[in-house]
Amino acid sequence: MEFSISKKAKTVTTALMGVGLLFTAIGIFTSISDHHFATRLLVNGLVNSFFFFALGLGALFFLALQYATETGWYASVKRIIEAVAGFLPYGMGILALTLLTITFLDGAHIYSWMDPEMTNPASHHYDEIIDGKSAYLNKPFFWIRTILYMAVYFIFLRGFRMRSLEEDRIGGTELHFKNYRKGAIFLVFFAVFSSTSSWDWLMSIDVHWFSTLFGWYTFAGMWCSTMVVLVLLTLYLKSLGYLPKVNDSHIHDLGKWTFATSFLWSYLWFSQFMLIWYANIPEETTYYLMRIENFKFIYFAMFLINFSFPMLILMSRDAKRNAGILSFVGLIILTGHWFDVYVMVAAGSMGAGAKLGILELGIAVLFVGFFIRVILVNLTKSPLTPVNHPFLDESIHHEI
Amino acid sequence: MAETVIYAMYDDDDVLKDGAKKLVAKGVKISEVFSPFPIHGIDPIIGIKNTRLGIMAFIYGLTGTVLATYGMRFFMISDWPMNIGGKPNGSYLDNMLAFVPITFEFTVLCAAHGMAITYLLRNKTLPGLPAQNPDPRTTDDKFVMEIRLSENTKFDAAELETMLKETGIIELDQKELK
Repeated sequence: MEFSISKKAKTVTTALMGVGLLFTAIGIFTSISDHHFATRLLVNGLVNSFFFFALGLGALFFLALQYATETGWYASVKRIIEAVAGFLPYGMGILALTLLTITFLDGAHIYSWMDPEMTNPASHHYDEIIDGKSAYLNKPFFWIRTILYMAVYFIFLRGFRMRSLEEDRIGGTELHFKNYRKGAIFLVFFAVFSSTSSWDWLMSIDVHWFSTLFGWYTFAGMWCSTMVVLVLLTLYLKSLGYLPKVNDSHIHDLGKWTFATSFLWSYLWFSQFMLIWYANIPEETTYYLMRIENFKFIYFAMFLINFSFPMLILMSRDAKRNAGILSFVGLIILTGHWFDVYVMVAAGSMGAGAKLGILELGIAVLFVGFFIRVILVNLTKSPLTPVNHPFLDESIHHEI
Repeated sequence: MAETVIYAMYDDDDVLKDGAKKLVAKGVKISEVFSPFPIHGIDPIIGIKNTRLGIMAFIYGLTGTVLATYGMRFFMISDWPMNIGGKPNGSYLDNMLAFVPITFEFTVLCAAHGMAITYLLRNKTLPGLPAQNPDPRTTDDKFVMEIRLSENTKFDAAELETMLKETGIIELDQKELK
């Protein structure tokens, strides 16, 4: 069945973008003369472009995972995953633009290692630790890596999408096995890139600090947010009467993924926090000290919500099959994960000077509107249920 | 009170499932099905209620959490306060983080063992107990449907047997249970 965007959805997404733009403009006008305004603006850009880029990337990863494991049940929601993954090129564009601006501003107090003063022994800003890391953290190498990540993601995304549409036309199992191989290869790339890219884009903000768990932690947050988006999108389409073949069991499975990845995220958050708390080494504890001093409420509230909401509410089987409960929990933890990324970026770059005002709200709303619109447009471009997926029959009879 | 039980044997789970659907549609009450593996989707057909093992798992887990918390508070804080790695244990809350992994492990331990033992007790399959299945072949490659006459007062034994024979059985057996 073909999907067409309803008038209401068009109005709502346009309104979101409009309100977002308006709030952003108000935010810019009221705070443009503030100290560190450029940093604040770029922090917002980085938070949102990374968060929404990660949603697309999470969907691409999830799709590759289904291919590599030859999963059957997901076939009838495959186009939804593809639609979310289809945001990736836009997300990459905005992220690259933000990173480029930051690079031209010599780090803009976000990536302090980009500041040439930091690695110049003659300067009184000279920082020995940053200089020691400069073999890895320098502008050219940073851009080589960034372009490499994005190119690989883009090539795989294009390939999966192309083969998916081709499968609709010709069917057969040859494309399926090709997807299987490509999915596995993508996972190998992704295993490395998901860690290193989170070091480059997020961990290097707190440049003196490092954590080997950081990549996994970022990845788990990204995965969990993606699952929430997939659940919400599926429920939205179901409520409009699309996807007649998607039954409670598919929703239940997506709900289980949300539940499980929430745990994965909480587990990694806690592992990182507890080890650093236990060892109590000054170089490591600075990261948490900054967050506890300046963001105590957001930081801990975010953790408790992202952990306890799915844990307590989504535990039972009936809850995972209930559209109302799933959307309620989903929206709350999606906001929670946005705050997670916000604290990751803002605490390291602005510290006590970070603000959470109309500018932050405006830019986030603008991104939400744009993100939803792009996904809905992506959905219109192909039949909502793949026609010739080899596991389609299994998926239609999915029952748990 | 003696009870007459009919055992119908099948050699394919799908045949049994289709047969069960037809019988239930005619109003026959099937009391049990014996199978070497779980037959997907048989529970709603023969009217078996959803298991409550999940609820018990939650309760066992909660018991584990409470026991671990209480135990560690007693061992490490009240009874013999310890100073580990420069972290003196004056209060439970200040050192809560250190106790989380053990609390988690003990929660899982209690939930898993509680569930396994409950399952074995409830099914009367603790090691050493006599087998519950009517025919040893149901642990190999055969499937048996059990119908009790006392639950099917509408039909007599002969009627039930005729209906069963239409569903593709391979063997039919009738027993008097004490």
